[in-house]
Formats: sequence, C-alpha cells, structure tokens
Amino acid sequence: MDATILGAAVINGLLLGGSYALVAVGLTLIYGVLHIINFAHGSMLMLAMYGAYFLLMKAKIDPYAAIPLMVAAMFAAGYVLYRGLIGRFSHGKDENILLITLGLSIVLENVALFFFKGDSQTVTVSYSDRMVALGPALVPLPKLVSFVASLVLCAALAWFIARTDTGRAIRAVAKERHGARLVGIDVEKIFAVSYGIGIACLGAAACLLIPSFYVSPSVGHLFVIVAFTIVVLGGMGSFIGALVGSLIIGLTESLSGLFLGEALGQIGISLIFILILLFRPTGIFSK
Amino acid sequence: MPSRKSRFTRRKFIGATAAASVAFGVPTLLRAQARPIKVGLVHPITGFLAYSGGQSRMGAMMAIDEINAGGGIKSMGGAKLEALLGDNQAKPEVGVSVVEQMQEAGVSAYIGCFSSAVALPATQAAAKYNTPFVIDVGASDNIVNRGLKNVFRLKPGFNASVDDGILGLGEINKAAGNPAKSAVLVHEESEFGTGTAKLLAAKLPSIGIEVKEVMKHANPTRDFANLALRIRGLKPDLVIMSNYQNEYVLLARTLHQQKVDLVSMFSVLGGGFNYKFVKELPDVAQYMIDTNHWFDPTNPRAQAMKKRVEAKGDLFTFEVYLSYNAVKFLADGMERAGSADKEKVNAALAASTWSDHFMPYGPTRMVNGQNTGGKASIQQASRTDIEVIWPAKFASAKPVFPKPKFS
Amino acid sequence: MNWKIPAALLVVALAYPLVFRGNFAINFGVLVLFFALIGQAWNIAGGFGGQLSFGHAVFFGTGAYCSTILQLKLGWSPWSGLAASAGAGALVGALIAALSFRFGLRGSYFALITLAFAEAFRILTNALEFTGGGVGLLLPLKRSALNFQFAERIGFYYTILALTAISIGIAIWLQRSRFGARLAAIRENEDAARALGIDTFREKVKVMALSGALCALGGTFYAQYYLYIDPAVVFGVDKSVEMLLVSMIGGTGTVYGPLIGSLLLTLVGEYTRAITDAQGLSLIIYGSLLILIIGFLPNGLVDLFKLRWRRKARA
Repeated sequence: MDATILGAAVINGLLLGGSYALVAVGLTLIYGVLHIINFAHGSMLMLAMYGAYFLLMKAKIDPYAAIPLMVAAMFAAGYVLYRGLIGRFSHGKDENILLITLGLSIVLENVALFFFKGDSQTVTVSYSDRMVALGPALVPLPKLVSFVASLVLCAALAWFIARTDTGRAIRAVAKERHGARLVGIDVEKIFAVSYGIGIACLGAAACLLIPSFYVSPSVGHLFVIVAFTIVVLGGMGSFIGALVGSLIIGLTESLSGLFLGEALGQIGISLIFILILLFRPTGIFSK
Repeated sequence: MPSRKSRFTRRKFIGATAAASVAFGVPTLLRAQARPIKVGLVHPITGFLAYSGGQSRMGAMMAIDEINAGGGIKSMGGAKLEALLGDNQAKPEVGVSVVEQMQEAGVSAYIGCFSSAVALPATQAAAKYNTPFVIDVGASDNIVNRGLKNVFRLKPGFNASVDDGILGLGEINKAAGNPAKSAVLVHEESEFGTGTAKLLAAKLPSIGIEVKEVMKHANPTRDFANLALRIRGLKPDLVIMSNYQNEYVLLARTLHQQKVDLVSMFSVLGGGFNYKFVKELPDVAQYMIDTNHWFDPTNPRAQAMKKRVEAKGDLFTFEVYLSYNAVKFLADGMERAGSADKEKVNAALAASTWSDHFMPYGPTRMVNGQNTGGKASIQQASRTDIEVIWPAKFASAKPVFPKPKFS
Repeated sequence: MNWKIPAALLVVALAYPLVFRGNFAINFGVLVLFFALIGQAWNIAGGFGGQLSFGHAVFFGTGAYCSTILQLKLGWSPWSGLAASAGAGALVGALIAALSFRFGLRGSYFALITLAFAEAFRILTNALEFTGGGVGLLLPLKRSALNFQFAERIGFYYTILALTAISIGIAIWLQRSRFGARLAAIRENEDAARALGIDTFREKVKVMALSGALCALGGTFYAQYYLYIDPAVVFGVDKSVEMLLVSMIGGTGTVYGPLIGSLLLTLVGEYTRAITDAQGLSLIIYGSLLILIIGFLPNGLVDLFKLRWRRKARA
C-alpha cells in the first residue's frame, strides 16, 4: 500500500473521529449522570442542524457565528424537555427514560418530515470547499475546524465538571444520587441541567457539521449508533473516553475501509468494539 | 384541492370489512355518475425513503386530477379515479398490510412501491386477487421476472438502463475521439447498486473501456475521503457511480474538493442527479453526466408539467414524472378495457401500445409485464440547468466531453 | 396455576380468523402474533433473564437466512429449515452469551455488544456471496403447505399462532420452574445469586440460547411469509427496537406483556396510518402515544389488567 495513501487515511480517520466526538461527548455526559441511553440524541442533533441551516438561509447567520446561539437554544430545549417530559414521565425508572427518548425521537423526526419534507438540504458557505494541505492529505477546512472544536469542547466540558460548583454537583449526583439528595442537592434539577448540557453540545456539533454535510429528517441515524458505540467503548460518562473512543472508531472506520473496501470495512467498527469490550468490559476509561 | 382522496381510511379498520361491503358493494341510486375507480398508491411516505415516496405520490395525484378534470374514464361512463393513499414506510410488512387494507376497500389497481424490497411482497399479495399493480419506481428486475400476471412496469429496469448507458457512453466517447479508456465503478451495496455495477463491469470492455476497480460502499456512508484517495491513485479516465441521493452528492462533492481530474463523471441511475443538486452545488454538478429515467425535453407537455411542479415550490424529480406516467398508462388500459374488471384491465395493460406519454420512449410494448419500448436517456448538468445529451433525437444540448481540467 | 387465562386466549385466537375472514384482518392477526413471538423471545432474555439486548435482530436474521439458504442451496424443506434455524439461533445466542459473560459484560455494555454483533452480521451478509449480498434472497413462489407457503393467509395464521403459543408456554414455564427462579435471583442480584451457589454464567447462557432459538423461529416465519429477505430488513436496528418495544410497552418480565404490547402497537400503527394522509403525521401520533403510555402506565400495559384484577379481588 502506498504510504501517502495510508498517511492520508490516518489523517482522514482522525478528522472523522473528531466529528463523532462532537456528538458523543453530550451523550456520555447524559449517560454518566442519568445512567440512561438517550435514544433522542440523533433526532436532537437533526433539529439543531435544521436550526443552523435555517439561521444561515433565512437570517444569513454563518454557522460558526451561530454556535453561541444554537448552544443556548439547545440547552434550553434539553432542560425544558427533561423538566417537562422525560423526568416527569419516567417515574424514576431507567427503562422508561429509554422508551420516552425513543418515542421522542420518532416524534421529532416526523415533525421535521411534516414541516420540512424529506429531502436532504446541502449548504454552501464561502469556506465549504476550501482545502488545506495536511501532510499527505488534502482536507476540507470545515473538517479541520470541527476537529479542533471537538478537542476544545471536550476540554471545556472536563473543566466545567471539575472546577465549577454546578460541575461538582453533577459529579456528586452521578456518583451517588441518594447521598447527593441528603446533602441538599436538588437532584432533579441537576438531571435537567446535565441533560441540557448534553443537548447543548449538539448545538455546537450541528453548526460545525453543517458546512460540510447535509441535513434531512433522518440524518440523526447516521451518527447515533456510532455515538452509542463510542460512549460505551470509552467508558460511560468519561469525556476523555469519548474523545479517545471517537478517534479509535474514526481511525478504524477509515483504515478498515481502505483495506476491506467501504462496504465490508464498516465491520471494523463492530469488531474493534467487541474486541475492546471483551478485554475492558466497562470501557477504556471506566472509573 | 380538486383531488378525490379516500375517506375509507377514516373508519375503524377492523370493522371495515363489513362496513366496506355495504358502502362499496351496493350501487347507490342517488349517484348519477359512474362509481369511482379506486387506485391504491403504495409509497413510502415516512421513514428513510419519505422524500421519494412523497414525490411519487405528488406525481400520481397530478395525473389523477388531470384525468378526472378531463372527464374521467370515458368508456366507463366518465368514471372518476379515486386515490387511496397508502404509506408503506419502506417496510415489507407494512407494504403488504396496506395492499390488504386497500383490497378490502375495493381497490381496482395499485401504483407503487419505490423500494424493491417492498414491491416484491406487495405485488405478490396483490397477485392473490389478480389486481393490476403498476410499478412506477422500483429497479429490481425480479419484480417483473417472477411470472406474476398482474404486475407491469413502464420504465426500463436497471438491466435495460445499463444497456442504454453503455450504448450512449460508447457513442459520446467515440464522437470525442475516445478520450476515455478506463473507469472505476463506485456503487452502493444494495440490489440496485450491486446489480448495476455488475452489469456495467461486464459490458464496459465492449466499448473499449477497461474497468480498473469496482468499489462498493455502505448506505449511509459518512465520509468518502479515502475512496477519493484511492480513485486518485488509480488514475481512471471515468468514475461511474450508481448510488442513492445523499451518497451521490457527498461523493461528487468529495471528488470535486479533492480535485480529482477525470475525463468525465458518469453515473447510471445516479440518485442525486437533479435540479436541486445543480442549484445547491453548481460547481460540483457542472459537467456531471447521468443515465436516468428522464422526460422528453422536446415535449411541450413535459415542460408544462415541470413548470407547474416548480411553481408549487417542488422539484421535478424522476419520481414525479414516472408515477405520473404510470397512472396515465393504467388509465389508458382501463379506458380500453371499458371496465374495472381485473382480468380485462390486466389483458388491456399486457396488450398496451400506449404512446401518449412524455418520456423518450416509443410505443409501449409489454413482455412479461416489462415495457420493452422504454428507454433511459443521458443528461449533463451545466452550471444552471440539466440538458439531455443522448439519444440525439431528444437531445437539448451537445455533450461537454471530456470536461475541462481543474488546473 | 390458573389455566383459565391461557385457555381463554387460545380459544379467542383460534376463533379469530373464523370470525374475521377478510385477508386484511387475518394479516393483522398474523402481524400481532408475529411481533408477540419475537417480543416474547426478547422478553425471555431481557425480562425473565434480565439481560437487556439492543441487537436481537442478530437471532432474527440468523433464523431468516438459515432456513432460506438451506432451502435455496441445499433444497431443504422450509419445515426442516424451521427446526434448523431454531438450532442456529440457539447456537448464536449461546456463543454471544458465552463470549460476553465469560468476559464479565453487564447491563448497557452487554446491550451494546449485542447491537455490535447484529451490525457485524448485517455487514457480513451484505458482503458475502452465498448470502446473496445486498441483493437479498428471493424465495421462488411455490404455493403448498408442504412448502410452508400456504395458499391462504389462514394457514400462516395458525402456524404463527402455534409458534407464539409455544413462546407463551415457555414464559409460563419460566415463571414456575426452578430455572425461572434461578433467573429471577440473577436478575435481582447477580452477586447474591452466585453466593447462593447458582452457576450464573451457565444460566445466563442457557436463557440467551432459548431466546435466540425463539427469535430465529420468527425469522424463518418472516422469510416464508414475505418470500424475500435482505440484510437491512432482517438484521437492521429497526427489528431489534421493535422487539424491545412491544415487550417493554406491554410489560417486561411478564407472561402476556409482549402479546398485549404487540396487539396495542400493531393496532396503533395500522390505525394512525389509516387516519392520516400528511407526511409524518401518523408517526407523530404513534410516538406521542408511546410517550403517554409510559407516562401513565410506567410498568407497561399489563398494569391496566392488574389494576382491574386487584379491584375485582377486593370487591
């Protein structure tokens, strides 16, 4: 195999992993605190992508400039959804949260279909097709930007959880929710805040993905299973795990695609996931 | 809205059996006009094929409205067509359930199903009643090859489309002095892409084009960067794609970004080659060539319909006019049968010589339910529009072949 | 043990196609029983065994492909294929379980590894030549009961009724048997169960094999009913989710939960499609109902019946 192709494939794989990390960090936070798999994650990403799309098309706001706005909007959406629906309807049962988020994803996806119709929307911004030479690879600028942003996002979340009062409360609830309640932490509120933050990450992810990708009502499916895989692989609730997991999955997908072909190559993700779990049954960075 | 949509569905469906036989089985004396003829539209309205299903439904409804406005089926006393709207959700089990439900409601014919995986069991279910089933979109040749007497397809299957693509590509290449000598095939993994690529690989050598590699990709694929790298490494003259919309656009965009120089980007049934692609990504779309089901641009009725669809803010995609023409083909059969009797309609459709369509086809000629008079044409995108470039008889522009280099 | 409920249910199920003779109604009955069967298969592992899975389609697809390939390549009768696919389902279930449990996987980690196996099987069948690749496999039309292709839907109805009755019978047995009691102990507290001397590994592998076998039966039935399968349809995530959904909505870990869940969800699915025309509206209603059911019946639909019975008992 040509060394330049191999080198370029490694770079492409890492960049791909970066875009997965954007989606996976929020999911791992939600899992770490609430101990549930948020089935609505993909459809919330889809909503955020439509948000970024319409901000660009209707209000001429560049996707990158729209990040603060989308993060705030998605935080609010997540917080309200948890408070008004998920928390109230789950009766404290984890399986029920799973079902409610599943129901929610069906509703959201079809609301999008109802209002926006089913076709894929692609956008072009001035930098969409700008290419950057990165060693042997020629990569589109938006992908490089989203890779760097995913590192920043993971670091920011890690800092927030470690250093702020809310972060400490989130950690306390994640570790021992009954104990946290006893020391006077409003556990339900922390759940809602955590869910909100997890969804807010999707606001940033959407703005970073849209310049080089497309949006359609079912676009969430593309990322959601991969994101589940990454969260479990990295160790549920671990940001560094989500980041490392994303990069491993991105690299695996890229390299197995190169060696096995793009179709059979998809099996690389499943196999590496199975293998790693057999040796680290609670993920790479489990506590 | 002038269309006659069915109300049958508003009824509790378990009890529908009894109710339906009363409501539909007994002719009402009060009604002066002939009883409406129910046509079941079995398209994927939700799920991952929702866009295509919606487009098909729109095309079929336009045909039904037009037929009704023109006085219905005249040989049946001006009987109107009534659409029963179904959603197969792109799932075989749902498709079959919809077929049965419409059967209870007294359907006279079906139009569907977009997805071949749904069309196979759905046509089989309809075959029990011998109810005519016109495939508007659905590439698999197995749908018509199984010996079901009630199944008809107006458009060519992918086998015939590949033949047309090869023929056209050979002529275009020859006229340009044979600049294309090699190709890489890229296809999606399901029946449509795999089957198309297999046929292409077997037939390309016959027009002097060597196949350097056949690359299969998954649905969906999130990233084509590596594939573009490998294509660049192989240095083919042509890249020939067969895939669905999202992957088609993503791959075309990646090859454009990576500035992979080619004689031409060619596709057979390229899922993303449409007016929207040209509008959203003109730089990427420019010079791309696709073999597909296309309307005859020299036919004023086709242009008029295109205008009407676009005036509504919709896209004039292949689903729209294929479904439209499928309904018209069915109506012609009913007109000649003079009755909604299933045997008679099937016989009329099988003997059809219908030519009142606006496709680049000759008169219809059914062989085992497949129209052998159908033909795919070849289109090329300019920065602002899509032109038919082959066959010459229907062409609206000359091909740009080879396309200009990037540098 | 109260035999009145299963006996009454069986009588109703046997009589149903004789009362509702239309093909739509019979097809509806087939769908309800079919989802009840694969839902029960999931429930036996996920409910009784406490081993939550997101990838039960791996067994479903194994069954569908096993009997279809035996039929197409080796000329087997689909009825022998049905037995073979149960064996294949059990084998795949036992293998996945042995591998995962030997390495100590639990909870969500186990759920996701089953999903990974389902995906791996989907991609493999897509790539391999003898499974027909992405083109899928089409069974030739040969209408005959001997060929598991009944001329009338009612034949399929009684076949799936028999299979579903077996699955419910197994669930009843699990509730009463020592095996079921050991599973209950593992589900409640695995460490405690081990301390009591239960070979938890063995019991968990056994229940996964049982679940896999039942699910594979559903796969073969599906292949015979529709005569066409492809990797995305039988190994796809959708099927895995449908199984867990009917079971969870009906009531996880209960004997009749999957049947009740299947009846309600099939009914809601058909009805919402029938009353709406606009794109997406049917599933908006369907999803909303799902959320409402969970909101008001947190233990699934069986709660509805339990309440009724309790009230009766009090009165």
